[in-house]
Amino acid sequence: MSGQREVIHTRIWDEEPEADNPFAAAACYCRGYDVYGAMLGNARWSEYLYLLFLGERPAPAAARLLEDLAVALANAGPRDAAVRAAMNGGAGGSTAAACLMAALAAGAGQYGGAHEVYRALEYWKECGRDLESWRARLCNPPVEERADIWLPMEHPPGFDPHGASCPAPVRRTLDHLAARSPGPALPWLAAQREDLEAAADCPLAMTGVAAAALADLGLGPAAGEMLFLLLRLPGAAVHALEQMDYGWRRYPFFRDAVILTDDPGPAPPDSEERP
Amino acid sequence: MKGPRELLEHEDRWVTAMGKWFPGERTVFRGKDLHRACGRWDWMRLHVFGITGREYNAKEIALLNAIWVDTSYPDPRLWNNRVVALSISARSTGSMALAGALATSEASIYGQGPCIRTMDLLLRARRTTQLGTSVDDFVRQELETHRRVAGYGRPVVGGDERIPHLLARADELEIRSGTFVRLAFRIERALLEGGWKFRMNYAALAAAFCADLGFSPREFYLFTFLAFLAGMVPCSLEAGTAPEGTVFPLGCGRIAYAGPGRRAWERPVEAAVE
Repeated sequence: MSGQREVIHTRIWDEEPEADNPFAAAACYCRGYDVYGAMLGNARWSEYLYLLFLGERPAPAAARLLEDLAVALANAGPRDAAVRAAMNGGAGGSTAAACLMAALAAGAGQYGGAHEVYRALEYWKECGRDLESWRARLCNPPVEERADIWLPMEHPPGFDPHGASCPAPVRRTLDHLAARSPGPALPWLAAQREDLEAAADCPLAMTGVAAAALADLGLGPAAGEMLFLLLRLPGAAVHALEQMDYGWRRYPFFRDAVILTDDPGPAPPDSEERP
Repeated sequence: MKGPRELLEHEDRWVTAMGKWFPGERTVFRGKDLHRACGRWDWMRLHVFGITGREYNAKEIALLNAIWVDTSYPDPRLWNNRVVALSISARSTGSMALAGALATSEASIYGQGPCIRTMDLLLRARRTTQLGTSVDDFVRQELETHRRVAGYGRPVVGGDERIPHLLARADELEIRSGTFVRLAFRIERALLEGGWKFRMNYAALAAAFCADLGFSPREFYLFTFLAFLAGMVPCSLEAGTAPEGTVFPLGCGRIAYAGPGRRAWERPVEAAVE
């Protein structure tokens, strides 16, 4: 061993070891609070989540906003790409973690997924509550000149490119959260929704409501993206479990849906190509 | 608003040129009968054909193979490999460990993030210099705009021991340095002569060879997905035979906490939330 031992630097978590084992914690502190000595039994899940992500205990209105957002996002239903990805795992009998990894893979995306929320939070950061800035950015979105692991955005983030009008669950979520939000983004979004939809030429999507809520909670693009991924996992989990029970025979296979345009056709065995 | 027209058009209908399984009969892979036309191919040849739709000759496939071989490092300190080792040490499954590690390899300081950016840089450098800008000016502009030159510089160490091996393999295969390989070295020279001390890393050379083979940035990105896999698998083996939990264990004293001091959680939950 050379030099000092490497350490994990953190502003989130501290531990005190048990007297008989340096690898077992006797006390754990999250942002200074004793997790098992004081928070357990006294803190709600939403408060703890807020503390983890934002570093301080939430005011009651912020805790309530986070809790209500979590309810709105917990299950996007079995038609959603992330939930369906998890269900594919379930139908085929994959492991629990594989089902959730599948949900994260699809739910990470820029169409209805967490990176769309990331992009929408960039819009909030850039435009704030200035309608003209939003209009300008929606009409002329920023374009990355370099190739990236993410494909270019194909629609305004936070809006549904296939929507005809803003669906009731999105409107109800927006109205509910906007009426209770301690921040300015949700009420402003509720007031400006129709103008923004006109500029985007698409109706508002749940990702857009989530981004505004996350902005009101004080989260930036990276933390908002992470929390959005996390909050959507419950639905993926239970739909995967349900498909494990139903089994693959009762799960859509799209038997006749694939239309092949480049088909060499069946070939007799003696037509094999040789290397 | 265009509404759900495209969704309606695609409902139960997926038109593809990529392939299809005809159950119990045959499979088509990008216009070829997988078993009859491709059944005797090397897997790498099929993989690259799957990515690009183009067939490469044996020497080119051998070079692409070398790009993977030379970066297969079975060292659990490397961040993506450590995901494998920690997962197996925590007695997760092999597939979970490897899938997590491969996804982790899509990083910003190594792996696929820099890979796609590097290929993109080479293509932009080529376009820009063809229009009359010097390589030195291109490099300067790149640093001014993006603060880095993708494919140059490396975490942990400055040089890259993989480069001479890949160059030697290309020589053996009689694959001459093409436009992009020469350009990659010219960019390194511009950086060093400009005093920036960013040496070419492996991603730049691999991207340059692939650019000379006609790969696009996205094709190169997809090609690099499995580049670390062979080095990951050995990391899982000893992690699985060593006692559980023994890969780089950390005691409580290894946490360097820099957050708020101890404080009391006082208010009851109802008062805090209602």
